[in-house]
Amino acid sequence: MTKLKSWRSLVAGLAVVAVAIAAGFGPARAADPLKVAFVYVSPIGDAGWTFQHDLARKAIEAKFGDKIKTSYVESVGEGPDAERVIRQLAADGNQLIFTTSFGYMNPTIKVAKQFPNVTFAHATGYKRSDNVSTYLARFYEGRYLAGIIAGKMTKSNTLGYVAAFPIPEVVRGINAFARGVRSVNPDAEVRVVWVSSWYDPGKEREAADTLIANGADVLMQHTDSTAVVQAAQDRKVYAIGYHSDMKKYGPKAHLTASTHNWNQFYIDKVQAVMDGTAKSDDTWGGIGAGMVELSPLGDMVPADVRKLVETASADIGSGKLHPFAGPVVDNKGKTRVPAGENISDGDLLGMQYYVEGVVGDLPK
Amino acid sequence: MLLRLEPRQFTSKRMQYASPLIAAVLTLIAGVILFSALGTDPVVALHTFFVRPLTSLYGVGEWALKATPLLLCAIGLSVGFRGNVWNIGAEGQLTMGAVCGSGVALAFWGDEGPWLLPLMLFVGVLGGMAWGAIPSMLKNRFNANEILTSLMLSYVAIQILGYLVHGPWRDPEGFNFPQTRIFGDDGILPVLLEGTRLHLGAVLAVICTIIVWIFMSRTFQGFKVSVAGQAPAAAAYAGYSRKKVILLSFLVSGGLAGLAGIVEIAGTINQLQPIISPGYGFAAIIVAFLGRLHPLGIFFASLLMSLMYLGGEQLQIHLNLPLAVTGVFQGLLLFFVLGSDVLVRYRIRLISQPKEA
Repeated sequence: MTKLKSWRSLVAGLAVVAVAIAAGFGPARAADPLKVAFVYVSPIGDAGWTFQHDLARKAIEAKFGDKIKTSYVESVGEGPDAERVIRQLAADGNQLIFTTSFGYMNPTIKVAKQFPNVTFAHATGYKRSDNVSTYLARFYEGRYLAGIIAGKMTKSNTLGYVAAFPIPEVVRGINAFARGVRSVNPDAEVRVVWVSSWYDPGKEREAADTLIANGADVLMQHTDSTAVVQAAQDRKVYAIGYHSDMKKYGPKAHLTASTHNWNQFYIDKVQAVMDGTAKSDDTWGGIGAGMVELSPLGDMVPADVRKLVETASADIGSGKLHPFAGPVVDNKGKTRVPAGENISDGDLLGMQYYVEGVVGDLPK
Repeated sequence: MLLRLEPRQFTSKRMQYASPLIAAVLTLIAGVILFSALGTDPVVALHTFFVRPLTSLYGVGEWALKATPLLLCAIGLSVGFRGNVWNIGAEGQLTMGAVCGSGVALAFWGDEGPWLLPLMLFVGVLGGMAWGAIPSMLKNRFNANEILTSLMLSYVAIQILGYLVHGPWRDPEGFNFPQTRIFGDDGILPVLLEGTRLHLGAVLAVICTIIVWIFMSRTFQGFKVSVAGQAPAAAAYAGYSRKKVILLSFLVSGGLAGLAGIVEIAGTINQLQPIISPGYGFAAIIVAFLGRLHPLGIFFASLLMSLMYLGGEQLQIHLNLPLAVTGVFQGLLLFFVLGSDVLVRYRIRLISQPKEA
């Protein structure tokens, strides 16, 4: 009996300690800096998806100075770990939390329910709630511009595309690229190799080598490493980087890169939380909003091509040109968007077909 | 000059108990040096790593939660390891357990009852067993090295999972993203402690640990496995079938890894997605040896391993230390624990080679 009692008192004591400590984690006072946290799916590294988000984190630090305090957690798995990390960041007094990978969608929604006073922003997802916004960039607009450059620079009329997974986001990029290519070079074809990984330098390298062996002389990628650009440099063909400027990994190969820029979006979000005006919304900005841009073009790109890209970029930014302006015909000859119309955002989000100019069948 | 590891003739009992303490002291010293060199207050850093994760009820829940799949996988592996059967593929068996159990949840989606969860767990265990049976049969029939086959089958399992979530099992309302539907309430393991995520799976893990303990120390079958590992010739002389030991080891470790997989899905994620485990099946190999292949040791080793994951996150969240530093520190900890364990049982001899003309 006494043993049981002492156990009970021990448990009770522990509970009291736990509550006391939990109370210490309460929300920050008004005078304190705004705490902003980021959850990253991979290490920051020197280039890539997470690197761009971290650039934006540094941009908000530069902009707001000691009015904010940022922190981040790298390499958070998209399984059960994500929920714990997000919850801890919220419990720790962060008032704005950016969760930057698709797999954090359900954990973000779950944690947000428990912390109604914290603002969450989830990248690339589709579920929102009162305090969870979503955001994404129209990466396909950059792909279209990249396609114009590739279509002009190719001699073999074969373009290689190293792609991760056949989800709409990736398919949309391939199609936008192909439409950019075809807008200046109706004879060129895009060949795709799937590597079933977002980040696997070995597989990406193999895929790039295979494409080059099959005649591709400009490579595009939808993966996270710099292996494709390096392969192009070694094999003396061209490549277009993705996520980040990858010029230093292949200066002779790097035509440009289609890059992400989250700076302004993050600055606006922080400002909104500071002003108390943050609301749940969905952001899908492109070239016009400055969320997507091409890195400086390489010296090998001639002046007339630069001119073409500048014009197209300005037209996409102003809304005059849509990369998927009808007619959009798939590679089986079926018309998906009639002439005179632009594709709807809904159709873009669920895209599961190749447009003409892409070789092969989409894996099911 | 050569360094040679020689088994000690007498292993000091006292040193066997002291070695974890020695390792702890060495880790603390190394931690102080490491964190001081990085300009972080070492006391704060060590406190953040080891204590802070456990300062709330939620944190304690997470501690046990993360230890659960490690414990289940490691306790299963320890049976084979004691019998000299090297199953390196717990990750694959975990994945197949998750896939098979989730298949049940998805098949009965929207048409479920309280029978669903037990059925999911059962099928999950069967899935892990089936996946574990493959390398054991390849070994028994063709003498194929089980280390290679079980490891390779892990990658096959992960590809099968990828195919299913990208293809036939994709959530029809999920905008073609690679995830299955979220399971209905009857397919979710109940939470044990309000305010935490700790679920029934932790209890199952402890029960399985006790069963394996009894199996290895009190049953004839368990005895056969031990003899096969410690004295293969004696086992053969006694007429114990080596093939049965191999099959049994793989069925037990595969089944428990499969249980770990479905418990992880039904307890925390509640849906299948392309990545379901941060490598629990592989980490469990370390856990098994860290626990000296003894159930009680494995129990504590899984808790230590789990704490290392949590502590690493805390260092990032609170001290903004990069992930690489936490990786280095975790590595140091394992190095000292395993190193002092080896040195208790072996000694290092310097051997000077005779000079050759």
